[in-house]
Amino acid sequence: MKLEMKDSPGQLVAALKPISEVGGNIIAVIHQRDPHSADDTLNVQIVLELHEGRINELVSLLKAEGVHIQRIGKERLLYRRTVIMIGHLMHTDLSDTIDRIDRTGFAEVSELSMSMPAINERSSSRLTIKSVTQNDMEKAIAILRTVAHEKDLLLIEPLEEIS
Amino acid sequence: MKIAILGLGAVGKGVTEMVASKDLGISITGIADSKSGCIDSSGLNTKSILVKKQKKGFCGDKALSAEDVIKKADYDVLVEVTPTNATTGEPGLSYIRQALKRKKHVVTSNKGPLALAYKELQTLAKKNGVALRFEATVGGAIPIFHTLEHGLAGNEILAIFGVLNGTCNYILTRMADEGLTYEQALLEAREMGYAEADPTYDVQGIDAAIKLVILANTIWGDGVKLDDVNRTGIDLLTPDALKLAEEEDCTIRLIAEAIPKKKLLRVAPRIIEKSHPLVVEGTLNAITIETDMAKEITLIGKGAGSIETASAIIGDLLYIRDRYVERA
Repeated sequence: MKLEMKDSPGQLVAALKPISEVGGNIIAVIHQRDPHSADDTLNVQIVLELHEGRINELVSLLKAEGVHIQRIGKERLLYRRTVIMIGHLMHTDLSDTIDRIDRTGFAEVSELSMSMPAINERSSSRLTIKSVTQNDMEKAIAILRTVAHEKDLLLIEPLEEIS
Repeated sequence: MKIAILGLGAVGKGVTEMVASKDLGISITGIADSKSGCIDSSGLNTKSILVKKQKKGFCGDKALSAEDVIKKADYDVLVEVTPTNATTGEPGLSYIRQALKRKKHVVTSNKGPLALAYKELQTLAKKNGVALRFEATVGGAIPIFHTLEHGLAGNEILAIFGVLNGTCNYILTRMADEGLTYEQALLEAREMGYAEADPTYDVQGIDAAIKLVILANTIWGDGVKLDDVNRTGIDLLTPDALKLAEEEDCTIRLIAEAIPKKKLLRVAPRIIEKSHPLVVEGTLNAITIETDMAKEITLIGKGAGSIETASAIIGDLLYIRDRYVERA
C-alpha cells in the first residue's frame, strides 16, 4: 500500500514508528516536490506491505501521532510468481487445481495459459500466482506441490535466489 | 613428482597425454586399466602404452592388476579415474582406500566414491597425512573447489546453484531453440556423443544430484547422501512448456540447488530468466555461488571432455606438488 503525507517537520519520523508496530514492511520512502503545489511543501510517499487486517489499526496509530494522511492506495496482492505445470491437466480437474490456490484467501491464480497438443497427450500450462506476502507465496507454492504430487503433474518452479 | 594412473578411458588418456606433453615435473610410474597394468619407477613410455591400448584394448601386462599398481608402484599421487558407479562406488572406492592407507595422495574424477563415502575418505586421508582432491568430479574444467577453498576463503557460502549436467543442458537448449520434443533432442544428443545409450543417469538428474552431494559435503561437511536430494528429471518436459517459458523471456534449465539455511537440496527443471548467468548453451556447465562477502559469483566452463577434465586433475596434482611434494 501507499501512504501519502505532507512533509512538515517530524511527520516522517512520526509515521515510521507505527508502521513497524503493526508489523508493516517498508519498501520505499519517496520524497518528491510536487510541481503543481502552490505552497512550498513536499509530498512524502511511503510504500509498504502490511496484512490487510491491520490497515485500520495503522491509520488510527498514525492519527494519534498527528500524522496527516492524504491518501492510502492499496494493491492487495503484491507478490507474483509464475510456474509451469505439465501433465493431464484437464483429466485431473484443472478448475480444482486452481481453486485449491484461490480458496486460500491469501493467494490466487491470476493468469493461465495452456497448450493442449492432442487428446490424451499431456498438456502444458503456465500459471501466474499472486499473493499478499512472500510467506503466503511460499504457502501457495507448497499447496501446488501437493496438488502436483496427488495428480501426477510435473510442477516447474521459478529459480528464486536468496539474496 | 611421480604419479600412477588407474583407468585409461577418455580421462586417463587425457591426463597421460597432457602430463607427457607439458613440462610439469611429473613422471608416470604406473598405469592400469581394467585388464592390465604396467609399472616402471624410472618413468613409463606413455606413447607406446597409449598406442598399445588403442590397438589391443589393454595397456600393459595382464599379470599386473590395478591393485598391483596401487601396492607396488613407486608414486607420490594416485590418479584414480576409473568409471563412476553411483551405487557401490567400486572399484574406485577400494582403490582410493588402499592408496590412502599406503600414505599416498589421491586425485580422482570418480564421483561414486566421494558421494558415498566423503567423510570416511577425508578422515582416512587426514589420518595418513595425505591429500584427497577431486576437482574433476564437479563441473569438468571449472575450478569450483579451488575457487571455494582458496579464492573464497573466509566467505560463508550461503547457497550454491548449478547447471551440472551437460547432457541435460544440451537437450534443453535444443528443445528451446528448435522446438524439438524431448525424444528428438535426446536422439540428437546421442548422435553427437553427448548422451549414453542408457540416458537415465543424466536425464533423471542422478548425475547432477551426485555432484550436488559432493559440493554440499565439501562446503558444509553435513554428510548428506544422494537420497537426501529432492530430484526431478527432464524426461517429462514438453516443447510447449519451453514455449510458455519463452513468452515470459524465460527458459527451463535443470538446476541443482543447495541452501543449507532452508535445508534445501534439490535437482529439478526450473523456470529461469534468459538473462541469468546460469543460462548457458549446449553442453556447458555453470555454477553460481552466493556468499556473505563476495555475494554472487558465477563460473562457466566445459563440463566434460578428455583434455578439459585433465585440466582439473592436473590442477589438483600441481596443488599437491606445491603443498606436499618437492619438485622432482
